[in-house]
Amino acid sequence: MADQSESGRIIRALEEHLEDKDAEESRIVVTVIGRDRVGIIARITSVLAGYQVNILDINQTLFRDLFAMNMVADISRATASFAQLKRSLEEAGAELGVKVYAQREEVFRFMHRI
Amino acid sequence: MPFAPKEIAETIRMIEAERLDIRTVTLGISLRDCAHPDLKVAARRIKEKIVRQAGNLLPVTQAIEEEFGLPIINKRVAVTPIAFLLDASPEGDPVLLAQALEEAAVEVGVNFIGGFSALVEKGFTPGDRRLIAAIPEALASTERVCSSVNVASTRAGINMDAVALLGEIIVETARRTADRSGLGCAKLVVFANAPEDNPFMAGAFHGLSEPEAVINVGVSGPGVVLRALQRLGPASLGEVAEAVKRTAFKITRMGELVGREASRRLGVPFGVVDLSLAPTPAVGDSVAEILEAMGLERCGAPGTTAALALLTDAVKKGGAMASSYVGGLSGAFIPVSEDAGMARAVAEGALTLEKLEAMTAVCSVGLDMVVLPGDTPPEAISGLIADEVAIGVINHKTTGVRVIPAPGKKAGDWVDFGGLLGRSPVLAINPARPSEFIRRGGRIPAPLQSLRN
Repeated sequence: MADQSESGRIIRALEEHLEDKDAEESRIVVTVIGRDRVGIIARITSVLAGYQVNILDINQTLFRDLFAMNMVADISRATASFAQLKRSLEEAGAELGVKVYAQREEVFRFMHRI
Repeated sequence: MPFAPKEIAETIRMIEAERLDIRTVTLGISLRDCAHPDLKVAARRIKEKIVRQAGNLLPVTQAIEEEFGLPIINKRVAVTPIAFLLDASPEGDPVLLAQALEEAAVEVGVNFIGGFSALVEKGFTPGDRRLIAAIPEALASTERVCSSVNVASTRAGINMDAVALLGEIIVETARRTADRSGLGCAKLVVFANAPEDNPFMAGAFHGLSEPEAVINVGVSGPGVVLRALQRLGPASLGEVAEAVKRTAFKITRMGELVGREASRRLGVPFGVVDLSLAPTPAVGDSVAEILEAMGLERCGAPGTTAALALLTDAVKKGGAMASSYVGGLSGAFIPVSEDAGMARAVAEGALTLEKLEAMTAVCSVGLDMVVLPGDTPPEAISGLIADEVAIGVINHKTTGVRVIPAPGKKAGDWVDFGGLLGRSPVLAINPARPSEFIRRGGRIPAPLQSLRN
């Protein structure tokens, strides 16, 4: 029981956070597109972890050998500028032979939510 | 996940594959406090003020580009029509002020600066006359300065003296820039009902009713609309309009986001989003190709005006929902040389000057980037301007004329301006002349506002 109410509290707090428009400025969407291979998620998430960027959500799609992943991450405690983080992600993507995009979350909210 | 993977993929596809971009972030700056009896002092004040106000425009817009992953193609500055400043300094060469604008543009790193302009729909002040007379030299001796003259409005009618004068000014501007195929004329627009908050060059200026400084954003995206129609396949025109509306909404939201963010970071109020479909010479980034995707064999075929009317209206409807403040020109641009599809239609004989004129009755601007034979006389250009502004005056809309009589070229020759200005065949113009009509001068009265048929 104690565990359930604990997880319920965490879920509620996370939901509130995801609905929080003020927090949007600190959220980014990282998108990875390319041919599937071992270690894509490991490599990209280690870049984020290296800068103290917390992953809030992750979604992966595979179609034959095509790989697509979206992540929502919180950069409020990031130890690097957005530009530096973006460059590191793009470099990691180049090593893996995949394309990595990092954009502020508002781009998607503005386009897809009224 | 707050967004479906499909939504994220759609946004990235629009930017990566369909050339969704913010066409321009334009900072409007009032220069009304820069007037001075000594033109040299006025020039210094102008340059200092622009550099002070626009100094952060480039770094701020570049940071926004990076963080949102949205290309912002042009960063520009628009200023108070310079003719207003000339009235304060009766002596001196107005080209001095054009050079001050050029130097300021270079210093803040913008590729165009608009506002070497005059508003003369009802008549000239001495400053207006001096400014217009200085246009050929100003455009030949600068790279980045853009000029516009409003010669007509629905409330004032048409100043035919100005129309006659501008025909001569355009020919002279072409002659002064003959070594660049008359490129100077690409930086000059003659307007009816010119909007005061248009962010797009060459016609941008900072209107007299605008605040001290303002951010206006021009969105683009013909490529996105084209792909949306191609994906739609065979569908009724009602469904076509719906697809355009939905796409225009999404495109305009990006302009709204960038405008709000630039305004916040620069500490300057947000003016408007101009939701125009602005083509580039790149294949697939063409308004003509959108019209052809609706089922026209070539742009210019019978039915083109109707297709363009549908497109312009649907863009406005979708865009108006997406932005708190819509303004500027808003609709679809149909420049010839800047749109590879339009230029191809001209080359194949499907699109003529007369059909273009008809299309301008329902598009958002007018005869834009139209290359004419080099021997076109001033009165023929004035006749073209008179026709075009009459369409705007009677229909309560903005119309403009940006034509280039390319020196030494004849109908059918190709002219290449390079870059975003593109290339186009020279269009034939009716050989019958309106000389006596233009020579009469005077003012065509403002039209009746009722009995609208």
